[in-house]
Amino acid sequence: MLKIQNLHAQIEEKPILNGISLTVNAGEVHAIMGPNGSGKSTLAATLAGREEYTVTQGSVEYMGKNLLEMTPEERAREGVFLAFQYPVEIPGVSTINFMKTALNQIRVHRGEAPLDAVAFLKLMKEKMKLVEIDQSLLNRSLNEGFSGGEKKRNEIFQMAMLEPRLSILDETDSGLDIDALRIVAHGVNALRSKNNATIVVTHYQRLLDYIVPDFVHVLYKGRIVKSGTRELALELEEKGYDWIKADLATAR
Amino acid sequence: MAKDDHIIQEFTSREYEHGWVSDLEADAAPKGLSEDIVRFISRRKSEPEWLLEWRLKAYRHWTTMVEPKWPNVTYPAINYQDIIYYSAPKQKASPTSLDEIDPELLKTFEKLGISLTEQKRLSGIAVDAVLDSVSVATTFKEKLGELGIIFCSFSEAVREHPDLIKKYLGSVVPATDNYFAALNSAVFSDGSFCYIPAGVRCPMELSTYFRINAAKTGQFERTLIVADEGSYVSYLEGCTAPMRDENQLHAAVVEIYAMKNAEVKYSTVQNWYPGNKDGVGGIYNFVTKRGLCAGDHAKISWTQVETGSAITWKYPSCVLKGDYSVGEFYSVAVTNNYQQADTGTKMIHLGKNTKSRIVSKGISAGKSQNSYRGQVHVHKRAVQSRNFSQCDSLLLGDQCGAHTFPYIDVENSSSRVEHEATTSKIGEDQIFYCQQRGIDEESAVALIVNGYAKEVLNQLPMEFAVEAQKLLALTLEGSVG
Repeated sequence: MLKIQNLHAQIEEKPILNGISLTVNAGEVHAIMGPNGSGKSTLAATLAGREEYTVTQGSVEYMGKNLLEMTPEERAREGVFLAFQYPVEIPGVSTINFMKTALNQIRVHRGEAPLDAVAFLKLMKEKMKLVEIDQSLLNRSLNEGFSGGEKKRNEIFQMAMLEPRLSILDETDSGLDIDALRIVAHGVNALRSKNNATIVVTHYQRLLDYIVPDFVHVLYKGRIVKSGTRELALELEEKGYDWIKADLATAR
Repeated sequence: MAKDDHIIQEFTSREYEHGWVSDLEADAAPKGLSEDIVRFISRRKSEPEWLLEWRLKAYRHWTTMVEPKWPNVTYPAINYQDIIYYSAPKQKASPTSLDEIDPELLKTFEKLGISLTEQKRLSGIAVDAVLDSVSVATTFKEKLGELGIIFCSFSEAVREHPDLIKKYLGSVVPATDNYFAALNSAVFSDGSFCYIPAGVRCPMELSTYFRINAAKTGQFERTLIVADEGSYVSYLEGCTAPMRDENQLHAAVVEIYAMKNAEVKYSTVQNWYPGNKDGVGGIYNFVTKRGLCAGDHAKISWTQVETGSAITWKYPSCVLKGDYSVGEFYSVAVTNNYQQADTGTKMIHLGKNTKSRIVSKGISAGKSQNSYRGQVHVHKRAVQSRNFSQCDSLLLGDQCGAHTFPYIDVENSSSRVEHEATTSKIGEDQIFYCQQRGIDEESAVALIVNGYAKEVLNQLPMEFAVEAQKLLALTLEGSVG
């Protein structure tokens, strides 16, 4: 589904990603871990097409197409979803209105007819249950005055609505208490299928207790320095990132 | 950011969609302004002597006045002798049915989406169509007449209802009120008149549609709305003009007189030609709008969506004379390219327990300048009065300006006045968030701007709100910052 090869990216002349290679197949869940400043969020943003990040080298192939040539909205319409670490507020625009606009643009892109109000509402009610989100929240201005947990649940609600092929969760666990974490993880797990894939970007192992990854990669200084299975995450939790850093230092 | 500039350019290169000209034969006054021109207009309209005198008095006063310089707008001096003050499409003196109206004229309004054929109209809106200096047609007159509602062109009102005109003309905006109001009083050629009898709730939206067609011509129309005790009316006003390189002057006056327990809701969607993207041409929209809550518990509510005009200079105001009377002002003013707007309101509290509410949303893009100017005056006698003002500015790009000039003075200690103001930018973050959900940039801006203006747009009647939303999106298409 996704094939990243030797990806280099920078922001304002400052290199952040220094040659990332990663292949994600349908049905897989990959966790990207790493200390602060290692480039985790940059990777997520670059895949989503954030303008500030310039790709200087490498390629990204998504569903057989060159992802880097696509605009952010094209990527989204082709099924790339980013759950934001800091979802923005849009005053005066309800989540419902926002989702209706988004879903219908995606549907038109796919050559499908826009959903009418009744069908949309039906779909919405169904997806609301998944993340235990209340309709009153969805009637409010998008993310305005939402608690941290509400924002993250709203992100997963949107993910459920848009049914992406490739979901990238950027630090979705940050700022969540254990109950909220459980709800969010439940939503993500319910959406897992053999046809879609998930990249979970996280600093802590905790989230991976709930969303169990098939592969774990450790990002450090803009490169994947270690890959493994779930055990790698547990090892990291026990030994800390210094272990990786020290390991790398001796290797050199 | 380079990308933003690109988007801004894309947006700003949008063409004005009502910029075409109709080929209509016109009966026009010679260029320039003098007592003779005032007499010419009055004669063309076969006006009574008192009205001519009223005009001349206004004209003479105007000659002693100077153009106001305090608005936060700049433009080359207007040559008042280079303007045609009267232009009417040639047609039968007073058409009694639509069959007698020049088909080209009907087509002009059809093209604007204003059908003057009643059967074709959406029921629920009666229209007075004004082209250049004269009213072309008024629809649903008879149906309204059954309720005692008078809705007709100003000229017809002068002929048919002289007592009402004599009593209320200039009662809210005196002929000598200000430079442009005095000019209007001297040369106004037509407009709409509306009278709602006591206790009548007008069953449909009344609306005036203004269209400037002729070149080198100023439009000076006058609207007078009188709401008798306990009546209610909702009034809509729309306007467009062809694209021309010259600037054309539009100096209108709107007067609203609301008696005891009456309520008037006045909504405007202003879409005059704004000039091209380099700031050439466009309408100078210098308008005086004022409502008087003459009786107790009267209510006047202004809602405006200002998207057009090269320069907008207007302050729809409320004089709250009756005790417990209420004034409201809801405004969205959008400026793009080189447009300039200096707009706001005046709330003059004279009666006891009067209340006013101001919600102003400015949106600036391109190289435009957008100012909110508002006065809240609470008189000594106006005890226990309340005002709440909310003035927000939204900036798209970094080459435009937003300014706020609030004037507040309260002469008693039992009243309360609140003023809140914010300035924000459409963030790249917001745009990217929308894009990441599959929404393209233009739709994203439209979504964000409509969300921002929602509180005001919600005040508009349904049919208008949809149009206003589209217009906002169109005006701003491309201007992301």
